[in-house]
Amino acid sequence: MSTLDRFEIHEHDVIVIGAGGAGLRAAIEASTNGASVGLVCKSLLGKAHTVMAEGGIAAAVANVDKQDDWQVHFKDTMKGGKFLNNWRMAQLHAQEAPERVLELERWGALFDRTNDGTILQRPFGGHTYKRLCHVGDRTGLEMIRTLQDKGVHMGIDVYMECTITKLLKDDGKISGAFGYWRENGKFVIFKAKSIILATGGVGKAYKVTSNSWEYTADGQILAYDAGAELIDTEFIQFHPTGMIWPPGVIGILVTEAVRGEGGVLKNKDGFRFMEKYDPERMELSTRDVVARSIYLENKDGRGSPHGGAFLDISHKGADYIKKKLPSMYHQFKELADVDITTGPMEVGPTCHYSMGGVKVEADTTATSIPGLFAAGEVAGGMHGANRLGGNSLSDLLVFGRRAGLHASEYAKKNSSKLKLDENEMKLAEKEMISFFERDEGENPYSVHTDLQELMQNKVGIFRIEEDLKYAIEQLKILKERAKKTKIEGSRMYNPGWHMAYDLQNMIIYSEAIAKCALQRKESRGAHSRIDYPNTDPEHGKWNSIVKKSNDGSLVIEKSPLPEMPKELQDLLKEKDLVKK
Amino acid sequence: MPAECTIKKESMDAGHDLPGEGHKARIATFKVFRGDKNTGSEVEYKVPVEEGMVVLDAIHYIQRNISPDLAVRWNCKAAKCGSCSAEVNGKPRLMCKTRLDDFSSGEEIKVYPMKSFPVIKDLACDVSWNFEVNKKITPFTPKENTSWIMNQRDIDRVQEFRKCIECFACQNVCHVIRDHDLKPKFAGPRFFVRVAGLEMHPLDGADRLEALKNDMGIGFCNITKCCTEVCPEDIHITDNAIIPLKERVVDRYFDPVKIILRKLFVKR
Amino acid sequence: MSAILTEKPKEKESFGKTQRKDLWWFEPLVYAVGFGAFIFYATWAAFQGKHYEYGPYLSPFYSPLIVVDWWKFSPAFLILWIPAGFRMTCYYYRKAYYRSYFMDPPACGVSEGCKKYTGETAFPLIFQNLHRYFLLGASVLLCFLWGDVIKAFNFNGHFGVGVGSLVLLANTFLLTMYSLTCHSFRHLIGGFKDSFKCGYQYNLYEKISCGNKHHMFWAWVSLFMVGFADLYVRLCSMGIWTDVRLI
Ligand SMILES: Cc1cc2nc3c(=O)[nH]c(=O)nc-3n(C[C@H](O)[C@H](O)[C@H](O)COP(=O)(O)OP(=O)(O)OC[C@H]3O[C@@H](n4cnc5c(N)ncnc54)[C@H](O)[C@@H]3O)c2cc1C
Ligand code: SF4
Ligand code: SF4
Ligand code: FES
Ligand code: FES
Repeated sequence: MSTLDRFEIHEHDVIVIGAGGAGLRAAIEASTNGASVGLVCKSLLGKAHTVMAEGGIAAAVANVDKQDDWQVHFKDTMKGGKFLNNWRMAQLHAQEAPERVLELERWGALFDRTNDGTILQRPFGGHTYKRLCHVGDRTGLEMIRTLQDKGVHMGIDVYMECTITKLLKDDGKISGAFGYWRENGKFVIFKAKSIILATGGVGKAYKVTSNSWEYTADGQILAYDAGAELIDTEFIQFHPTGMIWPPGVIGILVTEAVRGEGGVLKNKDGFRFMEKYDPERMELSTRDVVARSIYLENKDGRGSPHGGAFLDISHKGADYIKKKLPSMYHQFKELADVDITTGPMEVGPTCHYSMGGVKVEADTTATSIPGLFAAGEVAGGMHGANRLGGNSLSDLLVFGRRAGLHASEYAKKNSSKLKLDENEMKLAEKEMISFFERDEGENPYSVHTDLQELMQNKVGIFRIEEDLKYAIEQLKILKERAKKTKIEGSRMYNPGWHMAYDLQNMIIYSEAIAKCALQRKESRGAHSRIDYPNTDPEHGKWNSIVKKSNDGSLVIEKSPLPEMPKELQDLLKEKDLVKK
Repeated sequence: MPAECTIKKESMDAGHDLPGEGHKARIATFKVFRGDKNTGSEVEYKVPVEEGMVVLDAIHYIQRNISPDLAVRWNCKAAKCGSCSAEVNGKPRLMCKTRLDDFSSGEEIKVYPMKSFPVIKDLACDVSWNFEVNKKITPFTPKENTSWIMNQRDIDRVQEFRKCIECFACQNVCHVIRDHDLKPKFAGPRFFVRVAGLEMHPLDGADRLEALKNDMGIGFCNITKCCTEVCPEDIHITDNAIIPLKERVVDRYFDPVKIILRKLFVKR
Repeated sequence: MSAILTEKPKEKESFGKTQRKDLWWFEPLVYAVGFGAFIFYATWAAFQGKHYEYGPYLSPFYSPLIVVDWWKFSPAFLILWIPAGFRMTCYYYRKAYYRSYFMDPPACGVSEGCKKYTGETAFPLIFQNLHRYFLLGASVLLCFLWGDVIKAFNFNGHFGVGVGSLVLLANTFLLTMYSLTCHSFRHLIGGFKDSFKCGYQYNLYEKISCGNKHHMFWAWVSLFMVGFADLYVRLCSMGIWTDVRLI
């Protein structure tokens, strides 16, 4: 019997891995473009991270502040990213976001309205104007539901609770993907001419995180293993406001919309400390600055009882809060016994977003592997050293659409028959089954706990050479431990087994974070080095690149920033924009 | 920093016994359903309680320390994604929103998978039927030549329905599905909420009343409000979605005067 | 770790089976008793066919008073079917008696045992859909009841206030609130629309929606009050109770 016959096989022109905003938008576009599309995701449809996004989508539709336009949005994004962003991505993003948002509305989304009946926008950190289109504090839910409902009526085949563990190639080109069904542990193969990665981020490598079990760097490592390059992996965003008390809720996000709607940050003495760190923008400074400020307040002993700061919106009145921030109200009421309409919340930084990811071509989202595309959080470059709030949801839409378009075009052009490599599949299968073959070994969860501890403490918000070196050494040990875990039970819906696989990805990506962080001897955006506290213009000229060498080890390089056209350079030089 | 102030590391060898000395914490007893569609049993676990702990934390504790293969769905842990529905002491709840302080100390806490759907394993069950129902609903179809201007007051009502996180707790508790198993004929409260969101959308031009009456079986709902009681998003499913839809169906199919007037005056 | 074997999940279960540990049967029981008591009293009062008037007061069970020769029974029956039908088809009462009397379901997450079920899709419950016509009928009756209230302040051509006047006023007010918060009325006012061009209509719809949230409250207090109003007039008329004139 040939290997192929043993496996369940599904064939499509385009396979999209990940059903968050980026994946769904890509699938819709590819399907519109005439491709047969399969959409694979590891949890149920509509449960991806996008559903948790709260604050809003940044798009210069200029309904509230008429002066806004794509140029200003572009400038804000570049400035927020400390000019490490891929300029072309930032430009496309700023130009196309308004159209993408309006498109959502055409598909049935209901954003909050202005008095004129257009889409309402709220202010957010780092955005010059009121720019975030929102629905209370559940914008992501509105977005994913709209896309999901649009998608299922277009004849897209959805494969839920299916995890992809390997990309398959034929003669250097993408030919398919290998995965398992969570439900029964059986293996499945997707044959496709092109594949779009939209698997999200890596936050589960940290202990205090707003990310779910899904964020284990799967997409990044799938691409990396297949030979693609990763970019800017050292930049991990810590959101300044996560819940910090009680212990059960540590890390759960408190949306930036609280500050957007007028919330103020105070230290234990009641002093509005942002006055000291960024008197101009105050609470609406960029996330890296706010997160660092909270940290510094604590270092000097002025933090809140559980090591954070107080965020207070109660002055806005109960009705306003319940209308504009209903899920925050309930979240605190039910999980922490705090009534945010009468008192402050206690908040502290939580791991939130990965700016780095798979390196892609700006216009097409193509990676260096023919037939492999990437969009959304899994792709890097767009946000540079620090992402502005609200820029992710718009990123998903803009580049999700582009990925869908170009992947389906690619599939059309490359209609020749692809072969699946039996050996590759056998290896992929063996790798997954090997966990069951050991009679003894560690519980994968304990390795995960140690990884989280390590990353949190040594490769967290503030980094220093000796910690990073220590972490790199420790990661080697963890990598060995992860290879020798033992799984109890059967292959049927077995989270322990799933974790054992996910762990490998997280550890490789953690290594990429630590190594690039060591390489970048400066502080910039989300990357803060205690030993190099200043931003160094020389370091602003290159991006970090990560790839797999021929011997299988992880190597890092520097790659010069792409040259920006003159008119954009001029845009950035305009008054008040050269400041840090 | 929260990093430093967080929970002490759990001892990994906690095993089936309780974690070692030094823990003065209260211990809660959980009885969790373990099994699949063929067989199953109730397994008892002891879990140390921390301040502010929710049922999902306890399940995670069990996963990390006792049974790594305990199957459970979750994502956000903040009542936003609707993955972690289960029956806690017989009531459909989101595990991530059910606090242990809600139970008296010493009370045994039973955690079972949703009863109206076939069990896959342990706490995960097969909810695919719901996705099938959704596919059959006519999607949003804008009216022709709309200007896309909408008043907030017109969409307030619809925004309530759009809060649904698809936890399917309402589908699970609804007796039409749970006890009478009328699944093929009855779409369930979640999808009445969805249809209400479309039908009352100020710019939607499609008509779903016939489907509501015939294919979705809104008449099987006897407005006994269990769906509303369990909805974690606090959507007034019965009052604001189902009853108004029923009234619209009456307009079309049951109101004799309206039917006659339509026959007389509305040109085909 | 102990393992107790339980039966296979998803099996038809016997009535009342649940894992709920709270007093789930309490609420339906209260409703069953409350509702039952009212029906019992109302039937008796309607059958009595006398003692429904006292001075300027007329019992709401008998209003409007229709006395015709060909009708040999209590005049109450000529009109009582309207409020009875109104309440029987009321969305709130439906919930309450489906739970309390039909046990369909007895409470949320409590098994009903295996039964044939057609919900409101088949005879007779399909007629619940005509609730709006009972609303219409009830509105007509309300006009008469407001007329009775005016009369109740008129003692032989002079304005006066007795406890009975206030009882009738309160009763009619509560019945009006109950009708105004009706789901069918809410539909009629604006529920059928997808968008409001007229701000007044929207405001009205909002007010009614707001009241509608408390429809259950109005349902119970008005039920209690209408029984009490009848009892008050009846006791006065039977000479068991003396009405007090306040003004
Ligand atoms: C709490 C929170 C609040 C946020 N608020 C905002 C906000 O207000 N504004 C904003 O712009 N951004 C916000 N963000 C960020 C933003 O939501 C995310 O960056 C974005 O949703 C990522 O979308 P995505 O499509 O790339 O991935 P996701 O939505 O995370 O989707 C990933 C998908 O990939 C699938 N997947 C992963 N690995 C595999 C695998 N191996 N095999 C198969 N499938 C796989 C998953 O199942 C999932 O379907 C927030 C994030 C969080 C966590
Ligand atoms: S009100 Fe209707 S839909 Fe809701 S639980 Fe009861 S019968 Fe089901
Ligand atoms: S309507 Fe409420 S209970 Fe039902 S699926 Fe949606 S959120 Fe859950
Ligand atoms: S985990 Fe998302 S709702 Fe509970
Ligand atoms: S709904 Fe109760 S009276 Fe109409």
